Amino acid sequence: MTATEPTPATTQTDPYLKAFVRFEQASAGAQPSRLFPLRKAGLSRFAELGFPTLKLEDWRFTNVAPIAKLPFKPVFEATASSLTPAALAQFAFAKLPGTRLVFVNGIYCAELSTTPSHTNGIKVSSLATALANDSALVEKHLGRYVRTEDNAFAALNNAYFQDGGFVFVPAGTAIDEPVQFLFINTSKEAGATTHPRNLIIAERGAKLTVIESYVSLASAPTFTNAVTEFALGDNAVVEHCKFQDESPEAYHIAALHSHLGRAVNFSSHSIATGAKLSRNNIRTTLDGEGIEAVLNGVYITNGDQLADHHMVVDHAKPNCASHEYFNGILAGKSKGVFHGRILVRPDAQKTDAKQTNKNLLLSDDATADTKPQLEIYADDVKCTHGATIGQLNDESIYYLRSRGIGLENARRMLIHAFAGEIIDRVKHDALREELDALVWDRLEQHEAVAVGK
Amino acid sequence: MSQQPILAIQNLHAGVEEKKILKGINLVIRPGEVHAIMGPNGSGKSTLAAILAGRDAYDVTAGEVIYEGKDLLEMDPEIRAREGVFLAFQYPVEIPGVNSTYFLRAALNECRKHKSQPELDAMEFLTLVKEKMKLLELKEDLLKRAVNGGFSGGEKKRNEIFQMAVLEPKLAILDETDSGLDIDALKIVANGVNKLKSPTNAALVITHYQRLLDYIVPDFVHVLWDGHIVKTGGKELALELEEKGYDWLIKHDAVKA
Repeated sequence: MTATEPTPATTQTDPYLKAFVRFEQASAGAQPSRLFPLRKAGLSRFAELGFPTLKLEDWRFTNVAPIAKLPFKPVFEATASSLTPAALAQFAFAKLPGTRLVFVNGIYCAELSTTPSHTNGIKVSSLATALANDSALVEKHLGRYVRTEDNAFAALNNAYFQDGGFVFVPAGTAIDEPVQFLFINTSKEAGATTHPRNLIIAERGAKLTVIESYVSLASAPTFTNAVTEFALGDNAVVEHCKFQDESPEAYHIAALHSHLGRAVNFSSHSIATGAKLSRNNIRTTLDGEGIEAVLNGVYITNGDQLADHHMVVDHAKPNCASHEYFNGILAGKSKGVFHGRILVRPDAQKTDAKQTNKNLLLSDDATADTKPQLEIYADDVKCTHGATIGQLNDESIYYLRSRGIGLENARRMLIHAFAGEIIDRVKHDALREELDALVWDRLEQHEAVAVGK
Repeated sequence: MSQQPILAIQNLHAGVEEKKILKGINLVIRPGEVHAIMGPNGSGKSTLAAILAGRDAYDVTAGEVIYEGKDLLEMDPEIRAREGVFLAFQYPVEIPGVNSTYFLRAALNECRKHKSQPELDAMEFLTLVKEKMKLLELKEDLLKRAVNGGFSGGEKKRNEIFQMAVLEPKLAILDETDSGLDIDALKIVANGVNKLKSPTNAALVITHYQRLLDYIVPDFVHVLWDGHIVKTGGKELALELEEKGYDWLIKHDAVKA
């Protein structure tokens, strides 16, 4: 299943390689030199792999050629920004209490951030700060979980990342209020590229809720190439939500790589409503017994958007449960892509893995590609998968109408319910309620299409 | 002429594609009346219910249905509901993700708007709903669940009558509401229906078995066979059918088209 087409178009990667020299010189002294091997390895991996093409099985439904064609303009310096804290109120989760780290075009902005102090050895800061103050802790984990062997974009992030969110929750402690990383893209420049990099470390028995959001203030073909790594110790309980709502011209690629210890309870929600093209590469390694992992997501697209979720759940140890639930609501000419691979290694007996992907097509021109894939090398396991692509259920519409609810409202209720199945799995109450409202809002925007006008 | 009928069905013919199912139904239901329709499987009972409630799977080829002086067949299903027609489904669908309270309040308010009545706010609605739930002996946690989500067969049927109690229809049509109910649930359902009975509304009870009619006492019993009403009588007809079955009627009237 690995890349078998080692024919990268070097002309496409050239600007990326050239920019690295400048970047390396500019950041010399500013960042620990121990990062250089990680960066160089990332760069050479990227050069070797090149941009993925439709010929690669893992990319056959998602064409990233438009990204390769963008002028590469990595953002290395903080943008002078006229953003005020009050202006942030327009973004999702503004009212949630707790820490909120704000990044403008990839660079941390202290003035816009809310950083209540933490006790018990808990550390929440920008990654650049953590690299400066806690380099030993950061380097122990940074880059250890992300896999670049088959992911050129993650390799590119390794080469170029500047900043992002960092959380460390020591053994037995908890952060009650959610920790937010808010990435705001303000660039109007085509090809302006940021490489957000987040690292979340929760030690044994730690508890935490993390929210990543990606939004735009301008509409331009910018490129966000994010990587988030989770290192979760035994018995940690972590809820994660990624909300991607970038402008309809933006390109967004993200990797979420999680390494889970024994009896970890991890739920990760992906809400994708923005970007012209978005791809989430989610890789979860269940490397301890008794883990419960839930990967849950909804993508809501319109126009010519494409939203792709590509997932590998790697069961390495016995007695673990993993559930993936992804629903797509696709209007206009948009496209949803889902690829869910469940890998059960020989040791992983008594694995309980379940995967569903449901797609609701609201127009004749919307499409969905779904590819479940089970690879099972253990013999005592329970693995199921199911995928559907369809329209609203006529029986349900009729039932609602027979009680007096009009056709348009009936359809709207059912579309909302389809997203609600996913949102309902969010455990954090305030987060769930806000997501619910957000999704309603988005669906209302698609209403004209939704009701078949 | 007495009061205007709530429902007047005249010479109704209907079917699916080439298959004729109803072959000339005539039926008049006046305010305050309870009518029962009985008949063997495949006689067209559920088809009649579905056509009255506006399911578009059937073609009406002849005849008319006048509801309170208006052409019922011209109305969309939601308009029928707002005008006061209610069908308790034989197999209510589960609608995951649609909250029961939200759904029922939306439905009630649509019906109220249609009648130029003020909409109920969340508090007023909750008060009403709690009162009606007691009638059907339903637990309040049902309101937090999705519509019919994870309900047992009996709960689904009781939920149908509960919705009916909230919407207070002029014409209630019960499509084999008794099927699959144990005797206790049957009594609860029947009690609910009886409490809703008034001199201004009416019910059409479709059933396979006589036992429901021990609890919901009909004024008229009609026997449907092969798309025709082959016999009409009082409540004693149901008992007679229970005793003798349908064959004696069918032999008398076996005039196959």
